[in-house]
Amino acid sequence: MKLNKQIPSAAPPNYNVNEKGYYGEFGGAYIPEMLYPNVEELRQNYLKVMAEESFQKEFHQLLKDYVGRPTPLYFAKRLSEKYNTKIYLKREDLCHTGAHKVNNTIGQILMAKRLGKTRIIAETGAGQHGVATATVCALMGLECIVFMGEIDIKRQAPNVARMKMLGAKVVPATSGSKTLKDATNEAIRDWINNPLDTHYIIGSAVGPHPYPDMVARFQSVISEEIKKQLNEKEGRENPDFVIACVGGGSNAAGAFYHYLDKMEVGIIAVEAAGKGIDSGESAATSALGKVGIIHGSKTLLMQTPDGQITEPYSISAGLDYPGVGPMHANLFASGRGEFISITDEEAMDAGMQLCKLEGIIPAIESSHALAIFESRKFKKNDIVVLNLSGRGDKDLDTYIKHFN
Amino acid sequence: MVERSRDLFEEEGFSSRLRSNGYKTIFKMNRINQKLSENKKLLSIYFTAGYPKLGDTVEIIQQLEENGVDMVEIGLPFSDPLADGPIIQASSQVALKNGMTTDLLFQQLKDIRKTVSIPLLLMGYFNPVLQFGVENFCKKCAEVGIDGLILPDLPLAEYEEHYAEIFRKYNLINIFLITPQTSEERIRQIDAASEGFIYMVSSASVTGSSSGFGLEQENYFKRIASLSLKNPQIIGFGINNSETFQQATKHAKGAIIGSAFIKMLSDKGIAGISAFISAIRKV
Repeated sequence: MKLNKQIPSAAPPNYNVNEKGYYGEFGGAYIPEMLYPNVEELRQNYLKVMAEESFQKEFHQLLKDYVGRPTPLYFAKRLSEKYNTKIYLKREDLCHTGAHKVNNTIGQILMAKRLGKTRIIAETGAGQHGVATATVCALMGLECIVFMGEIDIKRQAPNVARMKMLGAKVVPATSGSKTLKDATNEAIRDWINNPLDTHYIIGSAVGPHPYPDMVARFQSVISEEIKKQLNEKEGRENPDFVIACVGGGSNAAGAFYHYLDKMEVGIIAVEAAGKGIDSGESAATSALGKVGIIHGSKTLLMQTPDGQITEPYSISAGLDYPGVGPMHANLFASGRGEFISITDEEAMDAGMQLCKLEGIIPAIESSHALAIFESRKFKKNDIVVLNLSGRGDKDLDTYIKHFN
Repeated sequence: MVERSRDLFEEEGFSSRLRSNGYKTIFKMNRINQKLSENKKLLSIYFTAGYPKLGDTVEIIQQLEENGVDMVEIGLPFSDPLADGPIIQASSQVALKNGMTTDLLFQQLKDIRKTVSIPLLLMGYFNPVLQFGVENFCKKCAEVGIDGLILPDLPLAEYEEHYAEIFRKYNLINIFLITPQTSEERIRQIDAASEGFIYMVSSASVTGSSSGFGLEQENYFKRIASLSLKNPQIIGFGINNSETFQQATKHAKGAIIGSAFIKMLSDKGIAGISAFISAIRKV
């Protein structure tokens, strides 16, 4: 385990995106010219649209009435006793559709409508983002096409069925390794082929600028609520630590957002080590990645010495991505964030433990974050907020198989 | 004075000529510019290095020149080619499986200038170039005799800010793309930044997906031709036979064929090159 705690300085550097679309040296928009008009249209409009009063009103109304926000900040008493510290769980698992993903799809569908788009495309790995996108498309009556790796379609049959029930068309990605990375490639190719009427709802804090920033802003409702809720419960807005799992990094971006420049708040990002960092089957990008370009963004990614992108592995489909969002690459490179990687085994045990101690079945992604308490010790009086990004209903098969 | 230093530079050879940008453009005209100044419509062919077989690179280039092709784009295969359709994707995967790497490609091209004189460009995605080291990559290109680069996911602004100087130092022309959706303002920017030709993407699509050009393309070709840009345009994407080649070159300096050529290679191999090229050239 690696400790990277930053010493607070008088004038903290900026950990958010700069005006050129970079987080430190990471980010930018490395896209072919075919995508330039679409991405540029979004870049020029996203802040303006998000600042509109009518947008804010509709966004927050839907988050409240449709998603069920604010999600509770729950003091996990038995978990806290077990690890001798004060643990709060931010209950994103209680969002409609079962995870934080819907915060972003609500925001982006409203954005798409204001930009006059009539056709929505998305990529999905395990199907959570696909379901969240199909849901908001049904809500708004827009055409929805979800690209999903052929292999993932077979592995995640219930989510494929959900998307179809919600009226989406699920298109198998048959190129490359036939998983999330290839589904993303196919979505981008579709956008190249349909530049005028289509908006691409990216599911994580990845992709060309302005996507990482836009997704982080939509997800930032998570830390906005944490501040308020913690203030009610503890009389302070800032915890000592905020913890989230990171694949591409959208739930983490949301949980960290309002704490990025609060140096007194420790930021802990948890990645999937798969079968172990040195096993050759891992998705721990901070440990295994090098600076490169993936899906239009300069960030840390897992690749061969020749610059070919390699296949990650994790038991959790949501963390099974060879890159990481540029915000997180910068948190790692600057030392602002502490990055910890957790194996399949450790995550599954931690997930099972939460079931027994708190009566909550977590998504396997979130179980990775929960697993750090075994090795990462906190002080008795530390206030630790962990973003419980999703619920485990989708993972029952995997849990059952693992423990039989 | 100018004359004397010019002789001196020529005697000292290639590397010293690179010391001065001014002199470079006077007497080391890039092969691409030379080719563009010829009074003919140009046929350019793209293929993926390492496909169908790992060792085919040099022979394919030689065959293309022998059959009257004007320019060749050598594709550096990438695991995640965002702008490419199924045919080029599949050829890239096979090439990588065959063992193609950036290093190996430069080794294969080591002696290419002993037998081939037409302009050669490398086309690929930016990440492998970044991992090789941009300067190191450009240096290797200059050593083997590459004239230009096409890196679709290296944006104009990034190129100008960080890499233009390196490209110029090694006398490499960077080729930018435009599409039917590119605004005139941006086309003018791209034209100003270009020093060879503009790669005109025929329609809103990935490679290899067109079935003939309609009125929409015709109008787009005419519109671009009427802009009187300083750089000639070469049209790519969707050119797959004599008819589309004629349509494209009616309004542009030349045309690029990629997917259709690769498909032919997978069906007939190197032996099919001659018939393929003469069929394209047939009016």
